[in-house]
This record gives sequence, C-alpha cells and structure tokens, in this order.
Amino acid sequence: MENFLLLIQKPDNVPILAMLFLIPYFMWLAYKQARQTDRMGVPSDAALNDKVYVWPYLCRNEFICAIIVMLVLGVWSIMIDAPLEEPSDPAKTPNPSKAPWYFLALQEMLVYFDPWIAGVVLPGLIIAGLIAIPYIDINPKGKGYYTIKERPFALVVFCFGFIILWIVLMIVGTFLRGPGWNIFMPWQYWDPHKIVPLTNVNLSYLFGIRDDTTANFFGFAVVAGYFALGPIFYFWKYKTSRFLQELGLVRYVIVSFLFLSMVALPIKMVLRLALNIKYVWVSPWFNI
Amino acid sequence: MNEERKGLKEKITNSDIWKSIFRHGYEKTGRRYTLQVLQNVWLHLHPPRISRHALNFRFTWCMGGITFLMFLVTAVTGVLLMFYYRPVAEYAFGDVQALEFDIPFGMLLRNMHRWAAHGMVISVMLHMFRVFLTGSYKKPREFNWAVGVILLLITFFLSFTGYLLPWDQLAYWAVTVGTNMARATPVLGHEGPFAPSDITQANDVRFALLGGTIVGPSTLLRFYILHCVAVPLVASLLMALHFWRVRKDGGISGPL
Repeated sequence: MENFLLLIQKPDNVPILAMLFLIPYFMWLAYKQARQTDRMGVPSDAALNDKVYVWPYLCRNEFICAIIVMLVLGVWSIMIDAPLEEPSDPAKTPNPSKAPWYFLALQEMLVYFDPWIAGVVLPGLIIAGLIAIPYIDINPKGKGYYTIKERPFALVVFCFGFIILWIVLMIVGTFLRGPGWNIFMPWQYWDPHKIVPLTNVNLSYLFGIRDDTTANFFGFAVVAGYFALGPIFYFWKYKTSRFLQELGLVRYVIVSFLFLSMVALPIKMVLRLALNIKYVWVSPWFNI
Repeated sequence: MNEERKGLKEKITNSDIWKSIFRHGYEKTGRRYTLQVLQNVWLHLHPPRISRHALNFRFTWCMGGITFLMFLVTAVTGVLLMFYYRPVAEYAFGDVQALEFDIPFGMLLRNMHRWAAHGMVISVMLHMFRVFLTGSYKKPREFNWAVGVILLLITFFLSFTGYLLPWDQLAYWAVTVGTNMARATPVLGHEGPFAPSDITQANDVRFALLGGTIVGPSTLLRFYILHCVAVPLVASLLMALHFWRVRKDGGISGPL
C-alpha cells in the first residue's frame, strides 16, 4: 500500500489523477448531448443561423475561461512543487524506470511487443491512422454535433483506442507497474526481488512445432491469415453491402489494415496474459 | 463635478494621441463591435460574428483555447526561466536548485512552467477528443485535423524535450527510456530489424537524437535548443496555420 500512496502523491502524477475525473466528466457531457440530438434531431436551420457578435460575447467567454484556468494553474503551482530528485547519475538506474506519463501507454505496449513494433511501428501507425481519419470516414452525417446513432462504428473504434488503449494503459503504466515492470496491485508491497516464472512460449511451440523453419512459416501463416481477414470480409460482403461499395477498395484496405493493427494489441495482450504466448511469429529477422 | 469629468473624458478620447492608438469609439453599435474585432491585431483571427452555439461550453469544452493559453504561459515562464538556467551538464542541476532556493519566486516560476506544460498535454488530448466526438474533422476540415495531429505530436515532443532539462534522476531516466525506442527503428536503428551491418550504436538514428551513445551533455544541449528554439518556432507556425484554417474552413463546426 505504501508504494501506491507514494505514487499517488508524486507531483508528476497529478495530471493523471485529474484525468481520472476529467475524462468521465467530458464523456458524460458528450453522451448527454448525443442522446439529446438522437432523440430530438439536429437543431433546425433557424436556430443555427442565430449569430452573435464576437465582441463582446465570445471575447467575454474567452476572458472568463482564461481567468478561471489561470486561477486553477496558480493554485496548483502554489500548492504543489515541481519534482526535483537527486542529480542525474548514468550509473544508477532506478527500478522501475518510467517514461513521462503521457508516453506510458507506449511503454506498456513494450510488454507485449518487441521495441521495433511497440516503439516505432505502432506509434507510426497511430499517427498515420489519426491523420487518415477524415479521409477514410466518408459518413457525411454527424458533422458539428454530438451523436451516437449516426456514426456508431467511428465512435466505438475511436473511443476504444483513446480510452482503453491510451488512457487506461497510461494509468496502468503509472500506478500498477513496479520493479521489473511487474504488475503490483495498489495494496501490494513493491518487492524488487519478486520472482516471476518466465513460462512464456511461442504460439508455434504451443501447437507442437519444434522446428525453426516450420515455426517461421507457421507464424507467417498466422499473421498473414489475420491480416487476410480484411480482404476476406471485403469479398464476402461486397455484393450486398452498399457501405463497402461506397467506401471503395483503397479506403477499405487502409481502414481494415489500421483496424486490424489496432485490434492486434488487445489480442496480443490476451494471448500473453491468458495463454503465456511470447511471440506469434518468430523469424530469423524479427519477432511478432 | 460630473459635467467636469465628462468634459475631461471627451477631451481625452478626442485628442490626437488617443485617436492614433484606438481606432474606434466605444458606442454600443454593431458597427463598433465589428470594428473592435477586425481592427485589433490580437482579436482579428476571430470572425466579427459567430453562431450562438459556438459560445456554448458544453459544445466546445474550451479545450483548444485552453491549450493555446497554456502554450502562452509556458512561453512567458519559459523565457523567464532561461535567464537562470544554463544547459551545461555541470551547471544545469545546480541552476534548477538555485531556482528553487535562491531566486525570488523561482520555485513558483518553475511550478507554473511545469504544470502549464502538463495542462497543455491534457487539454490538447481533450481537444482532439471533442473534435472527434463532434465529427468536426469532416469536410472541409480534413487538412486542419491533420495539422492538429502534428500539433499534438509537437506538444508531446515539447514536453518531452523539456523533461530532460532539470538534469535530475527523474529527467535523465525518463528520457533514457523514451529515447531507447529509437534503437529499434527498422533499418535506421542498430537493434532494429533489417539494420545494415554498418549501422552501429555510434551512427544510428538514436545517436543523431542524443548526440552520443547515451544521454549525456550533448543531449542536454540538443534538447535545450529543440525545446527553447526549434520546436516552439515550428509550433507557432503550425498554430498560426491551424487557427487560420479554422476561420477559412467555415469557423467553428456546426450542423450545417
């Protein structure tokens, strides 16, 4: 327990504590408005053409908002001091060594994937995927108001990525990871000598494959088969789905690749945590 | 008495000096409200009029504005901190200690800078969340969303480069962990897949970022320059683009 209390009190973790309240509050706010739109319909043109002068109405709001934020920041700065530990020492590695809090979701991914995927490829895909969103989301509805009914898929995917894979992993990385990057529950003592049996095996091993070359091909087949789910779904549904026809092949390839890459993370997490799978595909050049 | 005061006020507001500074009167007319915004360098990014729903906190969450405010706070406190801080391995930690114990209001200055930076990271993430939930990235705002994503990354990078500067254990190891990823860059990192054999610890992409094989004095200088000069410059340019596009793409989004 005392380790958890120390973590909570760390000044750099204040933002995460704040987000524990801010994110649910804003989700509730958005949900309420979405419910309202879904029930009552989009506001009429007449209500929207109601224009007001920026000065004084908007400028006043901005001014009041700025004052409140500066007040909060001022109180925060007076109450809580920025951390300063001992002088840096390259020979003295703290255990655990943690990245800044906003990168802890990435560091958490390192548990499940090798650094080249968790640290380079997946962040690259997150960035590329975020930029691609407006170009692959061809749904013209739900522009400029909160709604759930008119764009459920987009909302579910984004909220899953943002809330679960970014915020929750960040919180896990901050509060539950202790020495050796092992999971410690808040009430547990951080034992630096905690013994964790390394019983993870590769997926091919679980299937009884002992030969490296066969294992390589097996892993390749599994990963290729996973990403082939995209094209399979496309050809299966193309004839009957107007959505797929409107989306077009290029957009579909991008959507399905990004979607499958994103879902690969929770799949790998489940495989690791439930079945002790180390790698799905072991090749002479890289492991996935 | 009141008459006198009124006469004095008119004398001042009608003087050549006053009129040369303030380009409009203060009558309560729509024309003046428009001029107030159009003729003011600080306000002219706004349109003269906006739809009423854009005033609604429940709709906008104010997060974009708060992000910009946090950037301004870090810029001002950052410049003040630069007076007291030397990005040299021998001095850096001592300078931060001096800020805390010797310099009047130094601790407050440092706190404000750090918490504003953290606040900016939170508000920029919430801003993106709001923009997604309201579908505001949709036509014609696609490109501005892309600019926003780059600004999000820049915010992370600004915060990350600043994290090293106190030069304490927290800073040193957070940055060591953060930059260790670059080792594993495919092709360009010495531990990454498909790295050619002549890519080593001393010439890969991580070396370029750190200016050494470990986080050291040259990393401190590099991060300092990135943090105080290069990245804020790029951020300012992209912010100008971002705000300008908000205006040109039809103002704040609404269901029309």
